[in-house]
Amino acid sequence: MAAVSGLVRRPLREVTVRDAINQGMDEELERDEKVFLLGEEVAQYDGAYKVSRGLWKKYGDKRIIDTPISEMGFAGIAVGAAMAGLRPICEFMTFNFSMQAIDQVINSAAKTYYMSGGLQPVPIVFRGPNGASAGVAAQHSQCFAAWYGHCPGLKVVSPWNSEDAKGLIKSAIRDNNPVVVLENELMYGVPFEFPPEAQSKDFLIPIGKAKIERQGTHITVVSHSRPVGHCLEAAAVLSKEGVECEVINMRTIRPMDMETIEASVVKTNHLVTVEGGWPQFGVGAEICARIMEGISKKLVLEYSQAVVNIMYLNTYRIKRLKARSGQTTTLNLSCVQFPGCSCCSCHWC
Amino acid sequence: MAVAIAAARVWWPNRGLSQAALLLLWRPGARGLARSHPHRQQQQFSSLDDKPQFPGASAEFIDKLEFIQPNVISGIPIYRVMDRQGQIINPSEDPHLPKEKVLKLYKSMTLLNTMDRILYESQRQGRISFYMTNYGEEGTHVGSAAALDNTDLVFGQYREAGVLMYRDYPLELFMAQCYGNISDLGKGRQMPVHYGCKERHFVTISSPLATQIPQAVGAAYAAKRANANRVVICYFGEGAASEGDAHAGFNFAATLECPIIFFCRNNGYAISTPTSEQYRGDGIAARGPGYGIMSIRVDGNDVFAVYNATKEARRRAVAENQPFLIEAMTYRIGHHSTSDDSSAYRSVDEVNYWDKQDHPISRLRHYLLSQGWWDEEQEKAWRKQSRKKVMEAFEQAERKPKPNPNLLFSDVYQEMPAQLRKQQESLARHLQTYGEHYPLEHFDK
Repeated sequence: MAAVSGLVRRPLREVTVRDAINQGMDEELERDEKVFLLGEEVAQYDGAYKVSRGLWKKYGDKRIIDTPISEMGFAGIAVGAAMAGLRPICEFMTFNFSMQAIDQVINSAAKTYYMSGGLQPVPIVFRGPNGASAGVAAQHSQCFAAWYGHCPGLKVVSPWNSEDAKGLIKSAIRDNNPVVVLENELMYGVPFEFPPEAQSKDFLIPIGKAKIERQGTHITVVSHSRPVGHCLEAAAVLSKEGVECEVINMRTIRPMDMETIEASVVKTNHLVTVEGGWPQFGVGAEICARIMEGISKKLVLEYSQAVVNIMYLNTYRIKRLKARSGQTTTLNLSCVQFPGCSCCSCHWC
Repeated sequence: MAVAIAAARVWWPNRGLSQAALLLLWRPGARGLARSHPHRQQQQFSSLDDKPQFPGASAEFIDKLEFIQPNVISGIPIYRVMDRQGQIINPSEDPHLPKEKVLKLYKSMTLLNTMDRILYESQRQGRISFYMTNYGEEGTHVGSAAALDNTDLVFGQYREAGVLMYRDYPLELFMAQCYGNISDLGKGRQMPVHYGCKERHFVTISSPLATQIPQAVGAAYAAKRANANRVVICYFGEGAASEGDAHAGFNFAATLECPIIFFCRNNGYAISTPTSEQYRGDGIAARGPGYGIMSIRVDGNDVFAVYNATKEARRRAVAENQPFLIEAMTYRIGHHSTSDDSSAYRSVDEVNYWDKQDHPISRLRHYLLSQGWWDEEQEKAWRKQSRKKVMEAFEQAERKPKPNPNLLFSDVYQEMPAQLRKQQESLARHLQTYGEHYPLEHFDK
C-alpha cells in the first residue's frame, strides 16, 4: 500500500475505491513492465478523477501516457500495442465516450483473437467510470454493462467496493483477453474496509465469480456496481420487517456467474435484479431470461395461476420497496409486489 | 471513371485517350464553369506531354528527393487589426464599426465576464452543480457573432456563451439553464452551460467533443440545398480538433462544398493538455489547406480581427459555397471548468500575463477610450449596472422551482409511447403515497 505516493492517510484498513484501483494498477505496473496506462489527462494531471494519482510521477512518460483527444485514436493505438505484445490499460474518461471508439473495442479487441484463428491475442484492459454520476445529464450517465456484456470475446467486470476494484483490475490486467472494467465515479471516494488478503500484491478476484454479500432466505437480490450498496441498505430495512434478502454482488457481467444466482433463487424462490442500466435488453433482462430458461424448468409450477413475474427496478427505487413475502411454497417462482413500482418494459404486469 | 481510363490504356496503350474519354474526366463543379477551386479542374490529356496524369493530384514532377518540412517555427501568420493597446495598426483594415456596435461588443463581453464570475462562485457555493467560464475568450465569441447574420446557425462546443450574449439571450435564460429551473428551455435535462436556443439559431450544446463538427457540415449542406443565403458557423477548441469527427467534418465540408465557417478557438489547453501534446503540426489553420479549405489564423483577442475574418469568410462561404477555417489564437484564462484547478499544470505568472497584458476586453476598452466613446465614469457605471443585472437574474433563478417531475418522461420520442405513459402514471401514484420522502417543494406542482 505504501507503494503509491500520496496514498490515503486513513487507518490502514480503510481504502477508497479510487485508491484501490490506483494500488491495483501500481502493483501491476511494477510487476510487469509491458503494462502501461494511456488516456486523456492520466499523466501529470493524475487522471480526470485522480484515479491514476502519483503513477506518472513514479513511472514516467513511457508507462503513463497522455493522449490527444481522440478516443477512437487512442483506443486503436492501445489495441495495436496489445497486438504487438504490450499490455495496455486504456482509460476512457467515462464509458460514454467509449462510443466514439466502440469499433476498436468490439471489432478489433473483442473479435481479433477468434478471427485470427488464435494467432493474435489482444491482452488489453479498457477501464473508466460507467453509469450515472450526479447531475451530469444523459450523455455522461449511460451504463454500458449490457452493451459490452453482449459481446463474445470480451470479458466485462463491474466492481462495487474497494476489494472488488483492486482484485478485479489486477485480474483484468493479468488476463490475456480484452477486459472491460466498468467503474463508477460516485464510488471512487467511498472508503471500505480492506481485508488483510486484499493488501497482498497478488490479491486477485477471479473474473466470472459473483459474491454473496449478504445471506438471506426470503428473496434473492442481484446487482452490480454502485446499486449493490443500495441493495444492502434496502436489505437492512427489510430485515426489520422480517424479510431476509440474499444480496448477490455480480462482480462480473461477462461471463456471468449464473450458478451462484440460480442456487440462490432455488433457495429463496424470489428474485429481483437491480441495475443502473436501462431495462430493455439489460443485465437484469438477461438474468431473468436465463432463470426462465434454466431452473424454472426444473421446478414444478403448482398453481395454475402462478404468475411468473420477475421484476426489476431502477436503482433509485430500491430504497422505497416494501415486499410482501411468504406467499407461496418453495416450488413456485412468484412476483414480489412493490407498490408504485416503476417497472419499465416487463410485459407481464 | 478510373476504370474507363484503365480500360482505355489497355486498348490504346500508345495512343493515350480519345476525346470521348476526356469528357469523362472533365466534371463541371456545382457552380458550373466558375472556377475558384483550381485543383478541381482536371488536366486535359495530351499523350505527348511528359506531365503527370494521376487523377489523385494536380502537380508537376520533381526529380529531387525532398521531404516537405512542416514549418512550426514560423507558422501561418496571425492576422490582427489592433495592437495590444487597442490601437489600429493598419488603418485600411479598420472595420470602422459604428459606435453602437462597438459598444455592444464591449458590453456583451463585460456582461459575460460578470456573469461568469457570479456563476462560477455559485458553483463553489453549491448552488449549481457545474460551470465553465469564458475568461479570455470573449473576443472570439462576440467578434464572430457580430459578423454573422442573426439567422446564421451556430454549433458550439461549450465555451461560446458570448455568441448567445451578443444575440441578446437574456440573463434569465442563462441562469435558468444553469439552475435547471422551470424557465429553462431545456427542461433541466442538461448540465450547466449546455445552452440551446431555437429562436436565436444556437443549437443545443452537446457534451461529447467534436460531434458538432460533422453535424454542422450537414446543416450547411441543407442550407445550400435550400438556397437559404445562410452560413453555419461551427466552434470547437484545438483539443476537440484532434477527434476523428473533425477530420471527417473538414473533408466533407470541402467535398460537398458547404457554406460553413469552422471557427477554432485555440486557447492553449485542453483541460491540462497543452498544445505541444495535442498536436505537432502548425496548429489547426495549417490543416485546412490539406482538405482544400480556405484558412486563416487570427488574433482571437482582437475583436476587430475576428470580426473582419468572419465577415469576409461569411460573405464568400455563402457566395461561393465553400468552407472556411478560422483559427483564433487566444488563451484560456480560467480553469477548464469547476472540476479543474489549473494551478496544477500552469504557472500563475503565465495566466496573469494574459489577464493583464493581452485581454480582449481591455484591448477593446483602450480602443473605445481613444475614440472618445467611453470613459472611466461610464466604466464604473456599467460595472455597477451589469453586476446588478446579473445579481437580480441570479436571485430570481435561485427562487424558481425545478420542472415538474412529469417532464422526466416527455420528449424521449415525438409521441409518448404507452410504456412511458404507464411509468409516468406510476410515478405520479408513487409520489401520492410517498411524496413526503422527496423534496417536492422544490419542484413545480
